[in-house]
Amino acid sequence: MTVSARPSPAAPSRRSLLLAGAGLALCAQPVLAQTAMLEPELRLAVSRWCNGVVPVAGRITLDIAPLVENGNAVPVTLRVVSPMTAADHVREIALFNERNPLRDVARFMLGPANGRAEVSTRIRLATTQHLVALARMSDGSVWQHTLEVIVTLAACIEA
Amino acid sequence: MARTLIHLPHNPRRGEVIDIQTTIAHPMETGFRSNDQGVTVPRAILTRFECRFEGQPVFSAELHPAVAANPYVAFSWRVEGSGMLSFTWEGDHGFRQTETVALTAA
Repeated sequence: MTVSARPSPAAPSRRSLLLAGAGLALCAQPVLAQTAMLEPELRLAVSRWCNGVVPVAGRITLDIAPLVENGNAVPVTLRVVSPMTAADHVREIALFNERNPLRDVARFMLGPANGRAEVSTRIRLATTQHLVALARMSDGSVWQHTLEVIVTLAACIEA
Repeated sequence: MARTLIHLPHNPRRGEVIDIQTTIAHPMETGFRSNDQGVTVPRAILTRFECRFEGQPVFSAELHPAVAANPYVAFSWRVEGSGMLSFTWEGDHGFRQTETVALTAA
């Protein structure tokens, strides 16, 4: 007679261990993405744009598919929480990358006339990498959102 | 003249925040690719996009080689009233193209 191998109630089952592991990986991911050791050239490009202001995480959201199948034209949307009034608005939004030949992607100049701080475009991604989105407000503060995208088919760079 | 596509809602209300979507046919040649002879294809990209309403700046963008071919740029605008919206693209080798759209606000 065969007996199904059930773990004792005290010992964690293989399934619960796996689930816990997956949960840990999910929890740790955003923190890692924000504080990841960014490539030095990218850090330099970001600090140059920030011009002495220390960026704070928040207010800006970089909306992009986490898994990109084709790096030739990847839709991105940059959204900033801002009332967009004459007294309090977004002045500039910048997007930087880590592993394309050049760190710059695009910069957008906005003002109270826009009514809403939201910009969309399509970009090229050479490979799996981090992206940094930054927003400069009318009060001079800079806000940042860093995330990693996985690219399965790269934008053609060599051929 | 490159083909452009500008999309905005018909007869928006004054004060309404609308989405403006723009595309222009352009290869955005990065300058990092080589042809089958191994010769680097020279860079030819659009570097600047600008939108104005009755001559007043509304929105502008600085584009780099990492922007995909046929650059698509979408942004918002609070409708100030009826008038002319102009869209200008500038790029390498003296590229410059302006399109205008007459907007009638309700």
